[in-house]
Amino acid sequence: MTGRAKTAGQVIAVAAVVGLLALLVWKLAFGNGSGAAGKLAKGEHPTAPAFTLERLDAPGTKLALAHLKGKPVVVNFWASWCIPCKDEAPALQKSYEKYRSRGLVVLGVDAQDFRGDAKRFARRFGVTYPLVYDGHGSTLGKWGVTGFPETFFVDRSGHLVGERIQGGIDTDRNRAAFAEGLRQALASAQ
Amino acid sequence: MTRLLVALLTVLVLAAPAAAGPPRQADLEAEIVCPTCKTTLDQSNSPIATRMKAFIRVRIAAGDSAAQIKAQLVDQFGPAVLAEPPKHGFDLLAWLLPLGALALGAVVVGGLAWTWSRRREDEPGAGEDVELDPALEQRVDEELARYEA
Repeated sequence: MTGRAKTAGQVIAVAAVVGLLALLVWKLAFGNGSGAAGKLAKGEHPTAPAFTLERLDAPGTKLALAHLKGKPVVVNFWASWCIPCKDEAPALQKSYEKYRSRGLVVLGVDAQDFRGDAKRFARRFGVTYPLVYDGHGSTLGKWGVTGFPETFFVDRSGHLVGERIQGGIDTDRNRAAFAEGLRQALASAQ
Repeated sequence: MTRLLVALLTVLVLAAPAAAGPPRQADLEAEIVCPTCKTTLDQSNSPIATRMKAFIRVRIAAGDSAAQIKAQLVDQFGPAVLAEPPKHGFDLLAWLLPLGALALGAVVVGGLAWTWSRRREDEPGAGEDVELDPALEQRVDEELARYEA
């Protein structure tokens, strides 16, 4: 092998190692708390990541989050196999019924789940707020969802407010944060 | 020879329906990935993995083929539930890239071996009779003569 070819090989090898190290550093620096949840945790109020998903409660139709702009929205990520999701379902339904007259929309995003199971869940818990289906889990990364249930608050201008709630909304740990998120979303201006 | 061929064909024909028989639960659990824990179903006891195992059991009992069961799971959870990527479209790259890397590696190793062998042939003195220093040659001859004596 000529000296020039050897040098080129060494340069390529070093560049590959540096590239992999840079990826590792980037992942460590920005990988955790990614998505909208990561920005929210830093005190920012990012625009809620857009999605258009099929409706579970109205088969054959789709619902786009963008169409709800102008309304305060509680976005709740859940799955029928998740135990805390069952525990919080009555509280979510109650909040929807209480604040619906003030324009509140509770939007349930059923992810990584069977459609049939999700529909049975909705019937069992008497859910009347809109439900969309994301079996592939395509929204989870953009929102930064790491488990179920997780709840976000979107104000009337389409930005995230309050804090991301991990776990049931009616637990001792989360009850105050849920009330505050709801208050901020309802009080927001368009 | 003809009898042997007939016997072999008979065995193959009889074995074919068995190979195309109902899918096995264990096989499918090893070929489907749990969407939350990212391991195959047989390695997971998460709630969704348990639910998917139950779904597979019900579909096998209903007479579905392995392909049909996989298609239903892909419809619900997306293609990421398949442990092996499909062998068509963009996913075909997952199969071809390792083979390409192997071929490239073989070409690189072959090239290096060829270069090294050429370099050794081109080295000064390679394959030629080496002339010794006359004084050294005389000394070697003397040593040999002494040894033989």
